[in-house]
Amino acid sequence: MSTLLEELAEERIRLETGHRILICGGIPCTSLGCRKVKEALEDELRRRGIEGQIPVEVVGCIGDCSLGPAMIVYPEGIVYQKLKPEDARAIVKEHLAKGRIVEKLLHRDPRTKEIIRQREQMPFYRDQSRLVLRNCGVISAHIDDYIKYRGYAALARALAEMTPEQVIEEVKTAGLRGRGGGGFPTGRKWEIIRAAAGEEKYVICNADEGDPGAFMDRNILEGDPHSVLEGMIIAGYAAGARQGYIYVRAEYPMAVRRAREAIAQAREKKLLGENIFEKGFNFDIAIRIGAGAFVCGEETALISSIHGTRGDPNPRPPFPAQKGLWGMPTLINNVETLANIPLIVLHGGARFAGLGTPGSSGTKVFALAGKVNRAGLVEVPLGTPLRKIVFDIGGGIPGDKRFKAAQTGGPSGGCLGPELLDIPMDYRSLQEAGSMVGSGGLIIMDEDTCMVDIARFYLDFTQDESCGKCTPCRIGTKRMLEILEKITAGKGEERDLETLEQLALLLKNSSLCGLGRSAPNPVLSTLHRFQDEYLAHIRERRCPAGVCPNLSRPWIMEDKCRACGICSRLCPAAAITGKKGTPYRIDPAKCIDCTKCFEECPFDAIGRGGGVYAETADR
Amino acid sequence: MAVRPAKEKELYGQLTLALEKYKGKPGVLIAALQEAQQVFGYLPRKVMIHVANELTIPLAEVYSVVSFYSLFSTVPVGVHRLEVCMGTACYVRGAEQLLKELQKKTGAEPGKVTADGLFSVATTRCVGACSAAPVIKIGEELHGGATPGQLDALLEELKKR
Repeated sequence: MSTLLEELAEERIRLETGHRILICGGIPCTSLGCRKVKEALEDELRRRGIEGQIPVEVVGCIGDCSLGPAMIVYPEGIVYQKLKPEDARAIVKEHLAKGRIVEKLLHRDPRTKEIIRQREQMPFYRDQSRLVLRNCGVISAHIDDYIKYRGYAALARALAEMTPEQVIEEVKTAGLRGRGGGGFPTGRKWEIIRAAAGEEKYVICNADEGDPGAFMDRNILEGDPHSVLEGMIIAGYAAGARQGYIYVRAEYPMAVRRAREAIAQAREKKLLGENIFEKGFNFDIAIRIGAGAFVCGEETALISSIHGTRGDPNPRPPFPAQKGLWGMPTLINNVETLANIPLIVLHGGARFAGLGTPGSSGTKVFALAGKVNRAGLVEVPLGTPLRKIVFDIGGGIPGDKRFKAAQTGGPSGGCLGPELLDIPMDYRSLQEAGSMVGSGGLIIMDEDTCMVDIARFYLDFTQDESCGKCTPCRIGTKRMLEILEKITAGKGEERDLETLEQLALLLKNSSLCGLGRSAPNPVLSTLHRFQDEYLAHIRERRCPAGVCPNLSRPWIMEDKCRACGICSRLCPAAAITGKKGTPYRIDPAKCIDCTKCFEECPFDAIGRGGGVYAETADR
Repeated sequence: MAVRPAKEKELYGQLTLALEKYKGKPGVLIAALQEAQQVFGYLPRKVMIHVANELTIPLAEVYSVVSFYSLFSTVPVGVHRLEVCMGTACYVRGAEQLLKELQKKTGAEPGKVTADGLFSVATTRCVGACSAAPVIKIGEELHGGATPGQLDALLEELKKR
């Protein structure tokens, strides 16, 4: 499959001819002022009378968000980073007019100081395999650009050369599994719907990316909406459906807009509607916008929501594949899953299956964020070790802090500790570790993150999002949250941990839908892997990360303290004493936890809650 | 903010017109309510009754949908809606501190609007801008890499708009 990647790269180079400028329109770049950079560039082109000759386009997220606002200049593929409007002049005058690359605007490797010209050479991209994200940030979202890069060729092939059964067979050979959370084999799902009886069948694209910390579906819809449409049309052909829906969350207004524009463009080119490619196949797509409910990512709840009612889940069976939208067989696939389909149909399932691991074929897009130097979307073959994603691609933890945990799978997943840094990121390994691939959220946490507080954070989320239909989830999440709040407030008892475990198992075994069944995962995984932290909160009444307000007493780090006395003068409780030459000390009995000393210390010599310094101060 | 009666009449006229296309069709309630919220800014009881009557859907069903989805609001919102993203990445990068500061500076509790009706402060579910965490959403605009220190300038700028 690496040959497929090479093939795509070569094809791209072949197709890049004249000058073309792409400006990243991802949210970080937008908030850093990419629009002003674009205007300045267009002004400059106009001044030189060459506007219109060099297209300037705003594209979806280019990737490494620490570079923004960023731009790529083709055909060379040069990346200019951290741009200001006044940089436009140099780019036009030097690069576009004379072919001289503007070195001062290039990226430098933070460690080796080496200048990096092209995206593919940057540490963030070097180790990625961008198949699903092949077009994101590289072409505009317009259909003409998509078609130029062999877009809709897979659909043409499917309709002209393949029966629906052959398409399904190809997807089965690829071994593609659902990228939204469940990981159900996609080809098998298609087959069930194809075989199901029903005068009408539907395809739904699940773009209700509700996991906090996941943003791959948003980026794909914004940056490459046609790959999703193409995947949906092929799915419709294979399943025997004539109508598709994209169910997208209202929190993503730009994704909604891009999807709408893409549908209009596809209709105009007769790639949607009646008699597509004159092969007698009809298919159309409509958009349904969510109204803010996490549970609607669950298939049966999503269908309730499209029906226009509360997003309540329903017992399965019957599965949506048998009885879904309007009571008809319904295929539900997530955005990333569908974006994989054109590649599989065009290049063959076998080549796709060559990437990844047995049982977890292909690539997965992870949304890398949190306490990591380079955040953004990372696409790697399934089975890539966590360490590689966090340290090689993500550039490690900022400020030389220690890696504490990686949270995968959002509120349904779990936390992996440092001992699991070498875990292969695939379906089975993550499940065995008590977590899941889920939609691909990957939040990195360092020593300043409190794992008990994180468990409380997730339970707060699931408790609030629980629809209330079934008792275990409605009451169970509430009780678990209460216990976690008690522990983080410094009032926990050891037997609380036992109750937490019992409730967790009860929820897992008896909740109606996936929300309640997976809600305990963040608690269980932290309880097992970070038991010390729970016990520190309960037995010693301290929060080692210094997060929980009642348990984060300040400590003076003796090796950093210069005995300047500022803290002692500031302390309203006169709890800090000392004299010139020796480190100051805080009297815990007098300290009122106001954190003033912590905030004002000029040498950052005061820590909160504990960590390595707390142990020495304890003595 | 109280709406003047003449203005209110105009808004109801606008809503009635907008609801026309939904009549007699299945599965339209959420879309109809989204449009109603766009017209009024929020969904007071009177508006819910209006939607129920126009679409001949029981008011109880309308209310069950409005109370279920977090994006429907039954209380007024400010001219500028300030929402702090509470996604995981924002949370571990200090969203809670940001929310506290915002509350202190505007005087509006989360879910409430300031007395002058200018600002409302709230939390939002993940907006998917995790690499720019922490994020404040101002209307439709996203403000990434937000720090408590930027808030004064931000609020001043909004007041001038």
